[in-house]
Amino acid sequence: MSTGASPKRRRLEVEDIGDVTFVRFTDSKILDEANVQVIGDQLFSLVDNHHRKNLLLDFSRVEYMTSAFLGKLVTLNKKVQQAGGRLALCNIAHKEIFDIFVITGLKRLFNIYRDEQEALQSF
Amino acid sequence: MSAVHEGKKAGNREYCWRLPSDLGKIPQLQQEIMQLLQQNGFPEPDVFAVRLAVEEAVANAMKHGNRLLPNKAVEVALGLEDDAVWVCVRDEGEGFDPNSVPDPTSDENLERASGRGILLMRHFMHYVEYRDNGRTVYMVRRRVLASGSACHVFCVSTAQA
Repeated sequence: MSTGASPKRRRLEVEDIGDVTFVRFTDSKILDEANVQVIGDQLFSLVDNHHRKNLLLDFSRVEYMTSAFLGKLVTLNKKVQQAGGRLALCNIAHKEIFDIFVITGLKRLFNIYRDEQEALQSF
Repeated sequence: MSAVHEGKKAGNREYCWRLPSDLGKIPQLQQEIMQLLQQNGFPEPDVFAVRLAVEEAVANAMKHGNRLLPNKAVEVALGLEDDAVWVCVRDEGEGFDPNSVPDPTSDENLERASGRGILLMRHFMHYVEYRDNGRTVYMVRRRVLASGSACHVFCVSTAQA
């Protein structure tokens, strides 16, 4: 069995575009219960240790996620707000992933944009 | 890990797993369930829905039911029928009242970090019922037809369950 949960493996691709940090997930099927802690820690570290405060998350590769990851996003949203910044999501390509944000009401909480151009203009 | 029991009833197949309360065991369970669904021709929306609902139910059973205690197990049963798939997840905890779980979509709960699993299970499965004081959850997903709608035949048998 391979969970792919090694804490040493990088789960994120990070690129700074002006004062916005653009984050891509490296794997489409890692946002499950077993791996979400590692990914959450890497996202939190961007704010807590690397002092990024404007985050744009690219969901184009994300094909699966659970409520555990939603919890991480809620916490991340609070962290960037406390740092005086903003969290935005873009490129949600899969209908089921978008549905999850609608069903849970989190579409009301998060700033969701069609693509990165639209999202970057919002900062 | 693989199904510890595989049986056949009137052309339908049933599978059972017994897992320790270890979240790291969930991906392999998911893999096996996804393979079963794909091998039996369930379309992608059904596979996504069952995968998500099973993960939410098993994670809840391990974390909130069994409190991640290593001496407590979670049992998962899955049945493949022509028109549907059913899943039963049972823990060894003290049980809970599913109606007492706060609405995670209300404004006051929207920024809580947890509490959305049952909501997702109820959305992605066509039928969800808690039994045995909340220790067992039984869920049904009807097969999506080529037209995009779920099979109606199973509505009757589910309502009678």
